[in-house]
Amino acid sequence: MDFRFSEEDEAFRREVVDFVEAELPWDWRNHEVDSEEPDGLKLVRAFKKKLADKGWLTRAWPREYGGQEASHMQQLIFGVEMSYRGIPVDDGGVSMVGPTIMMSGTEAQKRFFLPKISRAEIDWCQGYSEPDAGSDLASVQTRAVEDGDDFVLNGSKIWNGAHSGAGWMFMLVRTDPDAPKHRGISFLVAEMNVPGVKIERIPCMWGADRSLVTFEGARVPKSGLIGEKNMGWYVGATLLDLERSGANYSARALRLLEDLVDFCKENVRDGRLLSDNPLVRSRLARAAVDIEAARLVAYNVASMQSKGQIPNKEASISKLVGSETLLTVYGLGMQILGMYGQLDPESKWAPLRGRFEKGYMMVGANTVAAGTSEIQRNIIATRGLGLPRG
Amino acid sequence: MDLGLNEAQQMLKTSARDFLEAECPDTFVREMEEDERGFTPELWQKIADQGWLGLVIPEQYGGVGLSFFDLTVLLEETGAAMLPGPFFPTVVLGSMSIMEAGSEEQKRALLPGIADGHSIVTMALLEPTASWRPEGVEATAVPEDGGYILNGTKLFVPCAHVSDRIIVAARTGDAPRDVTLFLAPRNADGMTQTLLKTIASDRQSELVLTDVRVPASDVLGEVGRGWETVEKVIAWGAAAKCAEMVGGAQRVLDMTVEYAKQRVQFGRPIGAFQAVQHHCANMASDVESCRYIAAQAAWKLSEGEAARQEAAMAKAWVSDAYRRVCATGHQVHGAIGFTKEHNMQLYSRRAKEAELAFGDADFHLETVSQGIEL
Ligand SMILES: Cc1cc2nc3c(=O)[nH]c(=O)nc-3n(C[C@H](O)[C@H](O)[C@H](O)COP(=O)(O)OP(=O)(O)OC[C@H]3O[C@@H](n4cnc5c(N)ncnc54)[C@H](O)[C@@H]3O)c2cc1C
Repeated sequence: MDFRFSEEDEAFRREVVDFVEAELPWDWRNHEVDSEEPDGLKLVRAFKKKLADKGWLTRAWPREYGGQEASHMQQLIFGVEMSYRGIPVDDGGVSMVGPTIMMSGTEAQKRFFLPKISRAEIDWCQGYSEPDAGSDLASVQTRAVEDGDDFVLNGSKIWNGAHSGAGWMFMLVRTDPDAPKHRGISFLVAEMNVPGVKIERIPCMWGADRSLVTFEGARVPKSGLIGEKNMGWYVGATLLDLERSGANYSARALRLLEDLVDFCKENVRDGRLLSDNPLVRSRLARAAVDIEAARLVAYNVASMQSKGQIPNKEASISKLVGSETLLTVYGLGMQILGMYGQLDPESKWAPLRGRFEKGYMMVGANTVAAGTSEIQRNIIATRGLGLPRG
Repeated sequence: MDLGLNEAQQMLKTSARDFLEAECPDTFVREMEEDERGFTPELWQKIADQGWLGLVIPEQYGGVGLSFFDLTVLLEETGAAMLPGPFFPTVVLGSMSIMEAGSEEQKRALLPGIADGHSIVTMALLEPTASWRPEGVEATAVPEDGGYILNGTKLFVPCAHVSDRIIVAARTGDAPRDVTLFLAPRNADGMTQTLLKTIASDRQSELVLTDVRVPASDVLGEVGRGWETVEKVIAWGAAAKCAEMVGGAQRVLDMTVEYAKQRVQFGRPIGAFQAVQHHCANMASDVESCRYIAAQAAWKLSEGEAARQEAAMAKAWVSDAYRRVCATGHQVHGAIGFTKEHNMQLYSRRAKEAELAFGDADFHLETVSQGIEL
């Protein structure tokens, strides 16, 4: 056991931090970028290109696909430093589509997609959820029917980021409606700018949107089928595990905690500095402990991955603990900011540029998206602990 | 002991619900979130016609003469319907402090106008210090020419933008509680009002007072003893907010249970999963506890008791419980509850505002700890 980063990993971390501090085109401490809005996406794209030039986006990938064969730890370090600074570099391409294609794609698909992902030349949105298929993802109904060299798509995908202008969607579609539900699904990647694709925005409480994508006879090339037809559930399931390593939650929470500590050292309530209030001190300290516990659980997932082990309940625990901790820290922030916490970022009186008000509204989504907390607990209990299914 | 409503209260509740269902549907609430004023004069007049604005104002001043507890029965319904606009500040902050501290002349001059809907009143208490304690009042009132000159900055003033009168708390001496209340007209020279954008899309304002002149006749209550009134207003406000929150929390519970019955995943309504059942059961337990701890505070205050401990306990409990109920409601709704189209988020944003108004749990727990002789 060794809780330190190796010298090499630590050197890499320093290099990443120095680079970001010097090159990031916006002030991450004072400005949040929404990569799902056109302006934000433009900024993020440009910066991702620079990261890609360094080879960092896909550092752990094999060289032939644009990687540097670095350890999973370095991939984690990179992800953590980005999350800590709120830099939205991953649209699913690096963490989900790439690994899936590497595992299940044809040689031609690997040669086509992987370098593009590695060089940040394409943007992705995730077409999993449907209006009637959320937690029960295997009940997806979007139909894909083979016709010549194409699939013809009919159905809808919801809650994704298609409105950002992402060029590609990776999705689960139904290719055999008669088979048992897990056995009639295929994993498909497709370009969004084809006829028959309608994208509607769904405004959300925090002021940004999600999308409803409706396919009405949209034709997409069959060459986008990843893995075997009707085996998409198993192709995509590996991807969910990758999605669930969860180090980003504690990284984001840590940054919030640091903001709060600074705030408490500078602001007086009822005649004393917040940082001198024992109640505030105890709660901040408790949050620091929560974050540390979540961080270590996530690092263990990466540690397992770097040894070639496949995390199972560990990934679900990490997602659960990480996302719940992030909720706690936003809640704590709002509690400490008190009356000021309710102010929108536009208000000149808003502390910490209103980040907590916005984030507080948004944070509840973290225990819903990418597998709800209840689903994570189900997985931990059944797959992880061997308890009988309810 | 009888913890149920009497017949008249039951009728008030039912008629309020019917009225709000017709006049304040969720479509209206949404529309008002985007509206400059945040309410409509038409609805305001209808509310006046219902007798709600004068509900607790004695008949001799044009009101209906019901009790504070009756008012909280009504507020539970306005909270459930998320009634936008200055009803709460006008009735709880305005009419009640004038009834408490006003001279006979002031009562006769002001209360009938409130009751019939002509006069909207609010209170400017908080400041950048964001404190509910008397030390937090730093705005000053200095005697001059038989009147007072007010200076300072008020923050988080509810509905100041549409108020005719603003009851301003200002310091008239150095002792912590040396605070006086002034009935300032909103359009007074030297008063600038700016809306603050908030999580609940309610209408709170910053109010800057620069040499605002107020005649001595507009001092509300005795000079230097305004905090006694403020303290009562905070207790009433806390209990009244709790009533609104109970109404909101009940709606969130109802809508969540309904959704859990309808939403099917894995071939079953999600409400068939024990994880979801436990969520709903926890919400129901929270709502039930909220209801009685809030009602006790309202009842004691209504009986004329100071009820410091009961009001503090109620606000401490309900503030946190309502927030929990909303968080769990969101969890059960999944993604759909975060959309602007859905009512879930209308409640959860308001829950945050309500939690903070008239002191959050920490503030009231301090009172409770004194009450248990710590
Ligand atoms: C901000 C945000 C971004 C998102 N981005 C994307 C995206 O880019 N692409 C995409 O495809 N999807 C996306 N999603 C959708 C997300 O994956 C789903 O919201 C999630 O899978 C839950 O589905 P649902 O919202 O339909 O809730 P439901 O599945 O309807 O769940 C409702 C409630 O029931 C519970 N429940 C359901 N089944 C069980 C069970 N068996 N046992 C116990 N409890 C259960 C859930 O835990 C939840 O509490 C996003 C969601 C959000 C909020």
